[in-house]
Amino acid sequence: MILNQFLLLAAILFCIGVYGVLARRNGIMVLMSVEIILNSVNINLVAFGAFRDHVAGEVFALFVIAVAAAEVGIGLAIVLLIYRNRRSIDLTEADLLKG
Amino acid sequence: MTSVGLLGAAASGGDLFVAQNVFFGVIAVVMIVSAIRCVTTRNVVHAALWLVLVLAGAAAQFILLGSEFVAVTQVLVYIGAIIVLFLFGIMLTTASMGDDDSVGGEKRLMAGLVAVLLGVVMGIALIDSYSDTRVVIDEPQRFGAVSDAIFSQYIVAFEAVSVLLLAALIGAIVVARKE
Repeated sequence: MILNQFLLLAAILFCIGVYGVLARRNGIMVLMSVEIILNSVNINLVAFGAFRDHVAGEVFALFVIAVAAAEVGIGLAIVLLIYRNRRSIDLTEADLLKG
Repeated sequence: MTSVGLLGAAASGGDLFVAQNVFFGVIAVVMIVSAIRCVTTRNVVHAALWLVLVLAGAAAQFILLGSEFVAVTQVLVYIGAIIVLFLFGIMLTTASMGDDDSVGGEKRLMAGLVAVLLGVVMGIALIDSYSDTRVVIDEPQRFGAVSDAIFSQYIVAFEAVSVLLLAALIGAIVVARKE
């Protein structure tokens, strides 16, 4: 297998995730797009780990999975709090910090 | 350095990798289509279900790359836990189970432009750097090697991640709790 096929797949998924983060206004959809981005990074890490025949790629992919789980927990709690306060999870309306 | 392995792969295993490449292609197409559907669909529940396909495809790619432990963890943590968390979040925040009328708008054009530009730049860089590099997977990485590395070389990072998970758990409870 060519290394580049995994890297290009990860790059395409990364771009799709970036599109989702930028284009969607629903808070939960933004979190899902961030998950797509993190998965593409994981594919890169594991591909380079297999290429170098070294376990570091897999270890860091596991760390990324753990941090992503923490991120989703906190993110959904924040989205829930925004919904409870404003009855909407449209992120363009969450602009209280804007001067 | 890798030229010997490369020649060996090309000579002996050139058509041995055909099945792997076919599987890679099928899974990659499924992943890309599902990811596009996930970020463009109107229904948030459907988006979560498309996300399941993307995550399962990533697990399949990990198995193709010979790292089954990451694949199993991916299925357990992502498809088992995170998707359920997303579905609960959708149920708690969306009144009519899903329809999201916020798709589109003027941001869509700029976002698409940014994504395409980013893709072109990364694609050119990758093709320029790694166009003839091959991955040769002789045997899958064993669980033992990965856990040895985690519990010896990366033990500090491992402990930090466990503290981070605890902090995130407590933080999520504190943030989402009713007064």
